[in-house]
Amino acid sequence: MTSTIGLYVPGSSVLHRLPAGTKLLAMVAVGVLSVFLDRPWQVAAALAAVLAGYPVAGLPVRVALGQLRPLVWILGFTAVFHVVVNGWERAGVVVGVLAALVLLASLVTLTTRTTDLVDAVVTGCRPLRVLRVDPERIGLLIALGIRCVPVVAGLAEEVRDAQLARGLGASPRAFAVPLIVRSLRHADALGEALTARGLDD
Amino acid sequence: MPVIEAVGVSHRYGERTVLSEVTVRLEEQRVGVVGANGSGKSTFARLLNGLVLPSAGRVTVDGLDTRSQGREVRRRVGFCFTDPDAQIVMPTVAEDVAFGLRRRGMAKADARSRVEKTLVAYGLGGYQDHPAHLLSGGQKQMLALASVLVTEPALLVMDEPTTLLDLRNAQLVARVVAGLPQQVLLVTHHLDLLDGFDRVLVFDEGRLVLDDAPAAAVRHYRTLMT
Repeated sequence: MTSTIGLYVPGSSVLHRLPAGTKLLAMVAVGVLSVFLDRPWQVAAALAAVLAGYPVAGLPVRVALGQLRPLVWILGFTAVFHVVVNGWERAGVVVGVLAALVLLASLVTLTTRTTDLVDAVVTGCRPLRVLRVDPERIGLLIALGIRCVPVVAGLAEEVRDAQLARGLGASPRAFAVPLIVRSLRHADALGEALTARGLDD
Repeated sequence: MPVIEAVGVSHRYGERTVLSEVTVRLEEQRVGVVGANGSGKSTFARLLNGLVLPSAGRVTVDGLDTRSQGREVRRRVGFCFTDPDAQIVMPTVAEDVAFGLRRRGMAKADARSRVEKTLVAYGLGGYQDHPAHLLSGGQKQMLALASVLVTEPALLVMDEPTTLLDLRNAQLVARVVAGLPQQVLLVTHHLDLLDGFDRVLVFDEGRLVLDDAPAAAVRHYRTLMT
């Protein structure tokens, strides 16, 4: 399990020092505003601005590129689809916006401890208590989501290795079925561990 | 030491009986549990902190019933699983150790200071912000242990904690366990870990077939395996 996608990298940059709530709010605001980006130059400017955040946070550009690696297929498929249906310009805008948002979200998680993110989300969700929503649960959900990214990536790696060892080649079914089964088993074990560590108390 | 009591305990998964009529009282500091795969020893371990509730009978820890007082029981009983990857619930080392403390309502600053001390004690000093999944197998098991022990349980239940480890890391875990002030119940296939234990239970086909000193229990277990 070697994936480090989106996991906190310690540092003391201005982005590291910004409060988690501010970063989350900024991310949501940019996400909303991104729907108004419809010119390639606007998207290019947004991408450049987000990429500029990486050196500001003391993170090398290869870290930024690493965040996009798992999305290559999705971005590629989206690009091809839009080139066929809407033309080159639209394809560039859609793929560019997607990439910029993923890079921005990664920049937030790379410069913010998960506990700080969770605390900010819990604070932000407190008003939802009137709707009988438990903010602590939402926070935990986010923490577990972040924790499970490298776990599932690791499981996928193991399944792929097992596939290759048994000479199964690139069979989507032989890859997806064991990955889903193993992910569900992991979820079961994680649930048991959470109970053992006092989640239900 | 906490007093663990199982009285007439049986457990079934659907139609399959995995534990049958177990009655035992444990108050020693070091208790070992051995048995073949599927003998019911892991189910027995899970009964002790209410992860599994008995289909029949009663389990208590210090007089607290695991069925009706699960919360209080789990505050006294820490549980360490075979696979640390399934036990680590937070992305980074310090966050995972702090998880149990925060769940118990400890203030952030207090939790941070206790986490730092715990990490140093278990050889993980300097790994605070390290992604948990990038640790070695031995380090992950030490993190799992640290995450449980930081809450200072009175009893530590360990379900085959060395099964996935190489010899060096298994010995490291064994050394740490040997030095713990807590009562420890260790389920294991590594029989040499039971040296110095006070008492060993042998399970076979869901029944507690022997309850004796380590040497006699291990001898009996070897006989069962031939």
